[in-house]
Amino acid sequence: MPNDSNGSRIGRRGVLKGAAAILATGTFPAIHAQEKPTLRYLGTAVNQDKRIAEKFQADTGIRIQYVAVTTDEVAKRAVTSPSSFDLIDTEYFSLKKIVPTGNLIGIDARRIKNADRITPLFTKGEVGGKAVGDQGTAPKKVMYLPGARATAFATGPTQFMTLIPTVYNADTLGIRPDLIKRPITSWAELLNPQFKGRASILNIPSIGIMDAAMVVEAMGLHKYQDKGNMTRAEIDLTIKTLIEAKKAGQFRALWKDFNESVNLMASGEVVIQSMWSPAVTAVRGKGIDCVFQPLKEGYRAWAAGFGIPKTVSGKQLDACYEFINWFLDGWAGAYLNRQGYYSAVLDTAKARMEADEWAYWMEGKPAAKDIKSPRGEVLAKAGSVRDGGSYEQRMGGIACWNAVMDENEYMVRKWNEFVAA
Amino acid sequence: MTPGFPRLPRARGALHPWLQALPFTAVFAMFFLVPLGLVVMVGFWDFNEYALIPAFTWRNYGKLLEGCSRLNEYGDPCVTVSTYLSTLRFALAAWAITLVLGFALAYFLAFHVRSAAMQTLLFVVCTVPFWTSNVIRMVSWIPLLGRNGLVNQTLIATHLIDRPLDWLLYSPFSVLLAYVHLYTMFMIVPVFNSMMRIDRALLEAARDAGASAWQSLWHVVVPLSRSGILIGSIFILTIVMGDFVTVGVMGGGQIASVGKMIQVQTSYMQFPLAAANAVVLLLTVLLIIRGLTRVVDIRKEL
Repeated sequence: MPNDSNGSRIGRRGVLKGAAAILATGTFPAIHAQEKPTLRYLGTAVNQDKRIAEKFQADTGIRIQYVAVTTDEVAKRAVTSPSSFDLIDTEYFSLKKIVPTGNLIGIDARRIKNADRITPLFTKGEVGGKAVGDQGTAPKKVMYLPGARATAFATGPTQFMTLIPTVYNADTLGIRPDLIKRPITSWAELLNPQFKGRASILNIPSIGIMDAAMVVEAMGLHKYQDKGNMTRAEIDLTIKTLIEAKKAGQFRALWKDFNESVNLMASGEVVIQSMWSPAVTAVRGKGIDCVFQPLKEGYRAWAAGFGIPKTVSGKQLDACYEFINWFLDGWAGAYLNRQGYYSAVLDTAKARMEADEWAYWMEGKPAAKDIKSPRGEVLAKAGSVRDGGSYEQRMGGIACWNAVMDENEYMVRKWNEFVAA
Repeated sequence: MTPGFPRLPRARGALHPWLQALPFTAVFAMFFLVPLGLVVMVGFWDFNEYALIPAFTWRNYGKLLEGCSRLNEYGDPCVTVSTYLSTLRFALAAWAITLVLGFALAYFLAFHVRSAAMQTLLFVVCTVPFWTSNVIRMVSWIPLLGRNGLVNQTLIATHLIDRPLDWLLYSPFSVLLAYVHLYTMFMIVPVFNSMMRIDRALLEAARDAGASAWQSLWHVVVPLSRSGILIGSIFILTIVMGDFVTVGVMGGGQIASVGKMIQVQTSYMQFPLAAANAVVLLLTVLLIIRGLTRVVDIRKEL
């Protein structure tokens, strides 16, 4: 018995000693550290594809947890609760609100392997060597920070980037050619009385006003100095045009949510409206003819990118950089290009796409064989051509960028007047 | 009607009732008074694109009322007034319809259905739609009422109309329809509850005294259901006054509502403006409820 009790005492001591040893050498925390971190990825549902997260986890072991909210809500959370996410995917125009708060840190370009291969559209505002429209919050204006912790933008390229581009595109009007039955070539058609009660405009004030400005300019009512930064008089004029159209019954509805625009178009309630490229793809996916119509006045462009909040550090921060580097490395870029978006580093994406896919999506050539979405649905039959043509044609046709105006508060108030009219 | 609380006999050991009331008071303070106080406070703050600036300014209230002293160039009142009027119109219309409908249904359940089992069954049937989500019940109207929807197709097929009726969807009609569909239950329940507590002998007495069916309805049932009607009315009016989802979905985003205006302001981080707006909305709703409780003294009735 004494032996037994002795033995058990040693046993107990042994366990305690062992535990102490584990604590002392730090073996225990090390076990934890080997577990890969989880990144909370704040963004809009449009960019958050389940397969991208799955592929990234398979490649690196890091788990991505999507937090999907609306464009406005992304900016709001970045300003009000930067600790609620580890990685943000936000639009460049929101930076005007976010950067002054100091809630994002400058991303160190030296840690981004493909930083110098990011398309010059972002770094210089050029496509194919030619400058594109820079009205509004063009990415090149808000691309760089003078320091890692700066709260104002740098005037030229620096080592610190605000956002690393994820996806971007140029938006135009979506139409139902089967119901319109004639060519549409101008933004002015949105308010053409011919489409009375069958038109729609998006009800996100900061973007809707830009579409309206494209229309006002196309109608020859006014030439804006900068559609992305209107004067009060210009806002008044733009809203007045919208109110008069609304009172005349031009609009069937105003949409705010991506799916609403799909339903309006697919049900035939609306034949011409502001639209986003994946929404057009979704309508076509239902077997309904819908065209993302290139217009002679050009496109309204938008771009989104990854930013890192100041609250992230250590392993989480490393994981953020790992994800961004992985994202630019080609697989994700190819995936996005196949959905009709454009990716930040074109060369790496090209390497991951079939030659016929690249020719269809990026070079504007007729499809050599059926073009499929990443999920395998046929998006375009062999022989068809992408609307808007090649990358150069489409992105080279940018007229303005999504923006936050200096007179934003006034604009929102006037927009509410439009909705109430 | 005497104003204020009825006088209770003075409690001995004055601490006890306070302690008993404490938990609920604490909850009430934490989740109602403090947030409300914050809203009122933020309504006086200043703000810019990305920050709230603690201050005391009437600017937000000024902005709300800007241009409200005259009609605008289209002959409409300013955006705040026209938005409030639009919301009030919906609230009153939804209230009137749900009141008539809710009262009729509750009356049927309470006085025409004889067996208690049948009453319970029918009452549960009334609540069945509530087993699905609010939004789904609302959205399910869209394929029905659309330009190429079931209703229009049927009307065209039966040659009652030759082109689709556009006003069925994305119109004040569809908004009101959704309100009535979604909220009539909130009227039925309290009115039914009041009616079930009416002593049936009173109705017999009315009949014996020679009252017609309408007379006993108007002079006996309606007065005795007052508290239920009042509670139902408060439900309907407050819900509709604060709504922004239904009016957004069913109105196709083209119809203004106060809730929508506040939502747009918060999404653009104009929190002080939204807070000021919320305070005005709250005062409006309180005024309405005050008006209603002057007609029916709810404390006395319950």
